[in-house]
Amino acid sequence: MTTEQLPAQLEQIREDFLGLEVRERLQLLLEFSNELPELPERYREHPDLFERVEECQSPVFIFVEVDESSIVHLFATAPKEAPTTRGFASILSQGLAGLTAEQVLGVPDDYPQTIGLTEAVSLLRIRGMTALLARTKRQIREKTAS
Amino acid sequence: MTVENDTAPQFAQFAHPERLVSGDWLQAHLGTPGLVVVESDEDVLLYETGHIEGAVKIDWHTDLNDPVERDYIDGEQFAKLVGSKGIDRDTTVVIYGDKNNWWAAYALWVFTLFGHEDVRLLDGGRAKWESDGRAYTTAPESATLTEYPVVERDDTAIRAFKEDVLAHLGNPLIDVRSPEEFSGERTTAPAYPEESTLRAGHIPSAQNVPWGKAAADDGTFRSLTELDALYRVGAGLNDGDDIIAYCRIGERSSHTWFVLTYLLGLEGVRNYDGSWTEWGAAVRVPIVKGSEPGAVPSKWTQTLRN
Repeated sequence: MTTEQLPAQLEQIREDFLGLEVRERLQLLLEFSNELPELPERYREHPDLFERVEECQSPVFIFVEVDESSIVHLFATAPKEAPTTRGFASILSQGLAGLTAEQVLGVPDDYPQTIGLTEAVSLLRIRGMTALLARTKRQIREKTAS
Repeated sequence: MTVENDTAPQFAQFAHPERLVSGDWLQAHLGTPGLVVVESDEDVLLYETGHIEGAVKIDWHTDLNDPVERDYIDGEQFAKLVGSKGIDRDTTVVIYGDKNNWWAAYALWVFTLFGHEDVRLLDGGRAKWESDGRAYTTAPESATLTEYPVVERDDTAIRAFKEDVLAHLGNPLIDVRSPEEFSGERTTAPAYPEESTLRAGHIPSAQNVPWGKAAADDGTFRSLTELDALYRVGAGLNDGDDIIAYCRIGERSSHTWFVLTYLLGLEGVRNYDGSWTEWGAAVRVPIVKGSEPGAVPSKWTQTLRN
C-alpha cells in the first residue's frame, strides 16, 4: 500500500474512518453526504459541463476545474435519494480540496478501497468512488495537457 | 402471531392479496405486536437519512450475501441476522425500499428461501410513502433480540442454478433486463457498468420483459389486467408452466418472481440468481444475440433431455 505521499486531508479522512466501528463508519459517510456543497452559482445552470459517472449506481455528475495556480476544484452533484454516492463525492471533494493537479494525480487509485468502507458498504459499491477518482484524474489530465 | 391482512380493494384482484399492504394499512398498524417493518434499499445509507418509524434495516449486500462465497447466508447466519432485528418465526414482516421495491422484493425472496411464512411488501415502497406525505424518522434502529430458529435454506423450490436452467431449456424463460442487455448491445445494465460479463446476449428462447414494466409511475404494482397483458399475453406464460426468471444478479428478477407468483398466481416460478453475471461468463452455454428470443439449439434439447 502506498501511504507515504498521501495528502494530509486524505490521510485524516482515512484515519477517521478506520478509527470507527464498521457501523459507525456509515454514520460518518452520512455526515460527508450531508456536507456535499451545493454547486456554485456559476455552474448551476450548466449541466452540459458536467460528466456523468457511469460507474455509480445513482446519477452523479462531476466537473473539475484547475485554476491558474494549478489548484484543483472538484464539483459534484447527486440526488438526495443517493446518499452513498453523495458521500463518496463529498469525501473526494473535501479530501482533494486545495491540492495541486500534480498532487491529485499522485493520489493512489486504490485510495477508496483503503478507508475501511469496503466492509461497511461492500466492495461493489465502493467501485463508484474509485470511478469518481479516476474520472477526476482524467479531467485534470485533459485540462492540463495543453 | 400474525397480523391481519390488508383488505384494501386494490389488492383483491391479485392471486395473493395477503402479500401486499398499503401505506394506510401500515400507518395504522405501526407498533402492532407481531409486526416488524424492514427497509431494504439499493443505497446502503438511505435508511439512515430517514425511515419509517420502528423499521429495521436489512442490506442485500452486507447482510444477505455471504461475505466470502457467492451465495446467500446460511440458516445459522439468517437466524442471527433476523433475530437481531426482532423477528420471530411467526412475525409478520413487511418490507419496503427504494426503486419500486426492487431490493425489497429481493429481500422478500431470500426470506422465502428460509421458509419465513408471512412476509409482505409495502406497495409502492419508499417513493409512494413519500409522495403520500407520510413521515420518516432518523431514530437509530432498535429491536429486541429474538431467538429465531435455525432453518436451512431451501434452494429447490424458488431458486434455480445454472444446471437447472440448462435442464430447463425449452420451457419458459423470462429475461427481465433492459432491451440493450437482452439484445447483447451491452454487457452491463445501463448505469451499472461495474457488473460486467464476458459475453453479451440472452439465454435462447427467453422472453424479454423488463422488470420495471410491472410498476406504475407511482411505484405501486400495475393492475392485474395490465400484468396479464404483459406476462400472459405478451410473454405467453400460462398456468402450470415451469418458469425461470433471470436478470443480472437475480435482484430485478426477484421482483418479477414476486409479480408472477403472488400477483398473477403462477406456481412453479424460480429465480436464477446467478443470472447473466454467471451465464455471460460461463464456458459452453448457449447464447443468442439480438432482440428476438431465438431457438434453443438442438444439441441442448437432445443432450439434456436424457
